[in-house]
Formats: sequence, structure tokens, C-alpha cells
Amino acid sequence: MSAFAALIVQTVAASIRAGGGALTGLLFFLTVVSVIPFGVGPDLNLLARIGPAVLWIGVLLSMLLGLDRLFGQDREDGGLELVIVSGESMPLFVLARACGYWLAHGLPIVLAAPVLGLILNLSPLALGAVTLTLLAGSPALAMIGAVGGALTAGLARGGMLAAILVLPLSVPVLIFGVAAVNGAIADPDPFLAPFLIMCAFTLFSAVLAPIAGAAALRLGLD
Amino acid sequence: MGVVSSLANPTRFLSWSSRLLPIVSVLAALTLAVGVYWSLFVAPPDYQQGDSVRIMFIHVPAAYLAMFCYVVMAAAALGTLVWRHPLADVSARAAAPIGAAFTFLALFTGSVWGKPMWGAWWVWDARLTSVLVLFIMYLGLIALWRAFDDPSRGAKVAAILILVGFINIPVIKFSVDWWNTLHQPASIVRMDGPTIDPSMLWPLLVMIAGYTLTFIALHLAAMRAEIYRRRARTTEMLIAARPASTAVRPTEAAATGAPPHTAH
Amino acid sequence: MPLEDAFPPVRLAADDLACERGGRPIFHGLSFSLAGGEMLAVVGPNGAGKSSLLRVVAGLLSPSEGRVDLDTDGERETAMHLLAYGDGLRNVFTVKENLRLWSRLYGGAADDDAMHEALEEVGLGHAMHLAARALSTGQRRRAGLARLILSPRPIWLLDEPTSGLDKDGEAILGRMMAEHLASGGAILVATHLQLPVAPTHRLELQ
Repeated sequence: MSAFAALIVQTVAASIRAGGGALTGLLFFLTVVSVIPFGVGPDLNLLARIGPAVLWIGVLLSMLLGLDRLFGQDREDGGLELVIVSGESMPLFVLARACGYWLAHGLPIVLAAPVLGLILNLSPLALGAVTLTLLAGSPALAMIGAVGGALTAGLARGGMLAAILVLPLSVPVLIFGVAAVNGAIADPDPFLAPFLIMCAFTLFSAVLAPIAGAAALRLGLD
Repeated sequence: MGVVSSLANPTRFLSWSSRLLPIVSVLAALTLAVGVYWSLFVAPPDYQQGDSVRIMFIHVPAAYLAMFCYVVMAAAALGTLVWRHPLADVSARAAAPIGAAFTFLALFTGSVWGKPMWGAWWVWDARLTSVLVLFIMYLGLIALWRAFDDPSRGAKVAAILILVGFINIPVIKFSVDWWNTLHQPASIVRMDGPTIDPSMLWPLLVMIAGYTLTFIALHLAAMRAEIYRRRARTTEMLIAARPASTAVRPTEAAATGAPPHTAH
Repeated sequence: MPLEDAFPPVRLAADDLACERGGRPIFHGLSFSLAGGEMLAVVGPNGAGKSSLLRVVAGLLSPSEGRVDLDTDGERETAMHLLAYGDGLRNVFTVKENLRLWSRLYGGAADDDAMHEALEEVGLGHAMHLAARALSTGQRRRAGLARLILSPRPIWLLDEPTSGLDKDGEAILGRMMAEHLASGGAILVATHLQLPVAPTHRLELQ
């Protein structure tokens, strides 16, 4: 197994085992989405209309929860220094952590989204569209989140700060993700254009985020 | 020698900025005074919007400076990361609260201006929304700086975020424009058309000049304060590092930069 | 030592190195040269900059002046090991899982037999399948030594390597250091304690 794959496996395992945050993130997602109808009322038509946006925002928020541990633990136990000394490429290290984070903290939530879409009265077409856009868009959220985690690694209450830094940068993904879902449901609006732009963001962030995250981790040690 | 040479540049900055600062401040005050009088009392009211158009003279320069300030910070961030210039850290950090203040002013005046036109204090107009995101990013940056107890480490990490934001701001602007046209198809009156009468353009240009001078004055003053803050911190650490018997007074340590330990 | 274990010639040199942290000077004007088979002990009181020097050499800190040169026939990026306060052991993983990750990153042996052998050598053979949280401070240090065994690299940077180790552990460390030097490796060690192996050079920081 390559070092890259080993790092992904380690990130996933650390999130899933006792003390990891993957389950907490999933439960948070279930709770947030379930609470929304209590705020806006049980009107099924309204819920069906805002449902895709609710699911997207739920995913966005839930994926913030584990960011403090993403690199915070490496900072605390000296693992980050050992990674640097090992000579492994730092952007690859960040990419591996971000991929692992998506597998543990993103994918389960995305797979739970269509189930929760049912209680929001989403049509089958909308359920499919939400799942598809989340699958293609949530990796971008993991990448942007990794930058936030790298910037705040080793800081007290770094997780809160990471959330503040990450959310404004996630706005474009949210806009085009929800727009693509609405495009799939409502006829005059386009689906493919926003969907492809969102995919472009995912690819863009997969290139930029590891570089920025690696620089932040290195400079944070100096 | 490292400390002495790194203090040398800030020291030179302190000396020339102390002479420049009063001049810029007076110029800024004069230009603003002329601009305010011209725009509020001399310039004609708009044939559609009446006197409420005068908010433009406060709003447009603030919006311009909100972005200009971020550009200054991005240049400073490059200075920090590429040239490791000590003044670059100071410049970026001093600019952030000023940028946030101008951004808030742009949001506030935009909201006040919009109230008679839109009938609401806030509409999710593309321009206003982008500026709101910019405001949040300024606040996030300030929070990030404050989270580090070592200013030089914080400066480097913040520089990364500034550059990430710099790349992302056009993306965000593009997204918000797209989002806006999707949700509100061109129902909003454009705030500033491409053509503007010279009777309004001139006072606006004077106001922009006044705002820019104000920014320079505030930035210089904030940089000076930041340099003194760091010197106070360094002096503290130097005193702590010395054995009690050879302790020096703070003024002496700050003046000489204190010789570091020698290694054999 | 068998010949195939010998490292290619290696030389580590620092020239007029200076370091400062948070505006505070740590050391300056520091030069040394270290070749394979040699061991340089950096000694001095707390706060003298021993750890900072090691971190500069490891590439974790950038020096404010001067530079560190590494001369080797092998790969420069994969020439060093660091043994420091942070052991890089995750409590939720077993000792074996922890070691395996570091072996993968350091390009060392990652099979069960090799790992068991390395752990036996540092007296942790019985703990291979235990969670790292069960280890004591000294045992965590020993697990770090096993990491060094699994991935042979010519330059060892050891920061207070004896701290937390008992007599038996010090003997193991001494044996490992002697073998490393004999096979052409170099050791840069920072300590304020007695070392189990006599250094060939000393650098005193004040």
C-alpha cells in the first residue's frame, strides 16, 4: 500500500473509531434537518420547495464538525513533524487527509440525505438530483474544509474558527449545488450548466486546497 | 544581528511615517471637507432619486476602499510569504480592521440608500451580497490573527488565507451574480449607471480621493501602533530570557535589540 | 555489521546558522559539520536552543541566517529520522498500526515479521497488538526507536532521547546508536543528560 493510501485509511479509521467524529457529524445532520420543519412549519409544499436547500445546508454544516481534529491531532502528537521529516509531499498529505475526511465525514451524510429528503416531501426526481449534486459537490467542501483545518491546526477552539473561515469560501459550491437541484426539478431553469460549474469548483479546490493547506501547516510550525 | 537588521526597516519606517502622517492627515481632512460640502450642498439632486442620491457620495468610495484594502492586504501577504519582509506582516494586519470598517460603511450606506428605493433595509442584491461575504471574510481574518499568540506565526498563516480569499473573491462574485440573476431577474434599479453627469462625477472623485487619503493616514497610524505593540512584546521576552543579575531596563533592551546568546 | 547495511557516505554541514523565535534570538553564528560514523552532541541548559537547532536541521524551522547543507549520494528528502517529544502515536490505533503507517511514510519494512522483530529489539514485542494508549512514556519512546529500526535512514536527529527511558531502555538506545554509527550513519543528538554512547563531537550552547 502506498503512503498516500495508508494516510487515507488512517484518516478514515481515526474518524470511525471511538473518539472519532464521523458518527457525531452524521447525527448532527439528522438532527439539523429534522429540526427545520419545527421552525418553518409542517407545510409540505413549502418543505418540498426548500428541501434541497435544507439538505445542502445541513451537509455544509455537518462537514464542519470534524475539522478541528483533521490536523489538530497531528499538531498535538508530533505526527505533523514526522510527516515533514519523512520527505512525503505535503500537498499529497493534505489531499490524503481531505479524501479520508470526505469518506468518513462526507459520504455517510450524503448517503443519508435522500432518506431525510423523504420527510421533507421531496419528489423522487429531487431526491436523485440532491444526491447526485451532493456526491459531486461535497468533495469540494472537504477540500475547502481541509484548508480551514490546516489554518487553525493547533489553535484553541480552532474548530469554531475554521467554520467561520470555511463558510464564506463554500458559498459558490452551495449556490451552484442548490441551483442544479432546482434546475432538475423546475423546468425552465438549467441543470447541466450549474452542475458542471459546481464540478469545476470541486476539481479547482482539489488542486488549490492541498497547496494552500500544506503551506499553512508548514508555516504554522515555523 | 538578525533582530537588529529586522528592526532596522521598521525603525526607518517609524521615522519617515512620523513626518508623513500629519501631512496626510491634514490633506485627508481638507479633501474630505471639500468633498462633503460639494456633494451634499453643491451637487444637484437626482431627477429620479432626489436628495437620497447623495448617499452615493458616501457609499461608492467606501465600496471602492473595501476592495482596495483587500488588494493592499494581498500584496502584503505576498510580501510576507515571498520576501519575508517584516513590514509586510504589519501592513496586512493593520489594514484588516480598516478594510472591515469601510466594508461595513459600504453595507450600511447601501442599506440606507436602498430603503427608499426598494422599500426594505436589505435586499439580496448581487452587489450587496458579495460585499457582505467580503465583510465576513475580513472578520474571519481578524479572528484568525487574534487566535495566534505569536504574531509572526499568525502573520504567515493569515497570509495564506488572504491569498486563498483573493483567488476566491472573483469566484464568489461570479457565483452571487449568477445566483442573483436566477432569483431576481433584473427587477432592481441599477444603483450607478455607466453614465454619470459631470456635476456629480467631480464631487464623487473628490470624495474618493479623500477616502483614499483617509485610508493611507489610518493605515500608517495603525502600522505604527502595531510596530510598537510588537516591540513591547519582544522587549518583554528579552527581559524574561535574561538572568536576574544582568537584567536591563526595558528601554535599553529595546534600543539595542540585546545581543543574543553566543554559541561556541 | 554486514556490508549491505552500510549507508552511502553522507555529510551534514551547518554554516553560520542563526535562529529566532517570535522576535527572540535563540542562537547565532553556529557552524558544524557531521559525517557518517560521527555523532555530535548538542549540550546546554534549558532554553539554549538545542531543540530549535534540531528542528532547523530537520527543516521544520527556517533559520533566520545561514543554511544547512546535506551531502549524500542517496535521496536528500529521505535521509533523516527525528526522535523528539512528539512521538506521533495515535492512541486509538495499536502499536502495530501506528508503526505500519510510519513505515509506509518512511519507506521502511511494513510486514508483520519485521515489525515484530523491531519491537522485540526494543522490548515491546508483547505490546504489538495493544492500543498505543496503554503504553507508558518510556514505552512510547521505545516505540519511536522501533520506528527508526524499521526504516533505515543515515541521519538521526535525537532530541533528549534518554528522557523517559529506564536503565534497560538506555542500554537498548546505546546499542542502537553504536550500530548506527558503525554502519556509517550520523547522529545529531540534543541532550542535557548523560548519553549511553560517547559522542565524537560536542557543541555547547549557552
